[in-house]
Amino acid sequence: MLLIRCPYCEEERPELEFRNAGEAHIARSANMAGESDHDFEKFFFIRSNPKGIIYERWRHVHGCARFFNAVRDTVTDKFVMTYKAGEPKPSKLPGVTK
Amino acid sequence: MAKVAAKTASTASPSAERRPALAGRTVSATGVKVEVLPPAERISLRAPEASVAALSKALGLTLPKQPKTSASKGGRTALWLGPDEWLVIDEAGKDPLADCAGVSALHSSVGVSHRNIAISVAGPAAEAAINSGCPQDLSLEAFPVGAASRTILGKAEIVLLRTADEAFRVECWRSFSDYVFTFLSEGARDAAG
Repeated sequence: MLLIRCPYCEEERPELEFRNAGEAHIARSANMAGESDHDFEKFFFIRSNPKGIIYERWRHVHGCARFFNAVRDTVTDKFVMTYKAGEPKPSKLPGVTK
Repeated sequence: MAKVAAKTASTASPSAERRPALAGRTVSATGVKVEVLPPAERISLRAPEASVAALSKALGLTLPKQPKTSASKGGRTALWLGPDEWLVIDEAGKDPLADCAGVSALHSSVGVSHRNIAISVAGPAAEAAINSGCPQDLSLEAFPVGAASRTILGKAEIVLLRTADEAFRVECWRSFSDYVFTFLSEGARDAAG
């Protein structure tokens, strides 16, 4: 079983306690009504879907119930790191060369 | 016929008697006993950091701030569920909801006494019985006495508290209690091998 580190529980917990909540760091426009249809479509529907490193929101739903962010490799399914919600996107990832 | 019915109705107690789900159910296997615990008073408490001191004072115990821990005093236990969330269980019959009512500091306390059912799993094989459906590491190093955590058992969410080296308290929602009890009974049978 995959172990995921919850930044609020401060330890690795089994994946069954977690739920994915989509891509992270997608900022909602402060002026939603002023968005063009094209920009809204980009915000609402278009996701990066990369092969490799992805930044995601996860929720420790059957634990502390908090949302947090995780960096995951979509090829190996390995969690590179996790950090609390609201913290900036990490500029340096541990153990990642590219 | 009507006379008999009237008689029965008059002898029935008019008070709303509380009938806890699973009351009295118990299963024993080699090395582990699963039984339903008596009703208790419970609240779900949410509060920011700034209110913790005032609430601790009102409740008469120090609300734990470390993940996966609990604090217990005089029959009352506070379980850390999240960074600003606790489950307070009172087995001494005093209502923690009333104690929180006088606190002016920002908080939310909701009575959930009847929402939860507590099941005790005790014996040398208790750990194995719970691990039949719970993926957490329940060894004494990782989950010592007093450790508490919301987690999962099979398909149901539970709150787990280790009360002694070989004893656990499993709290689950009332509507899941039949499933959880049966799951634990099966787990106990497997653990007994």
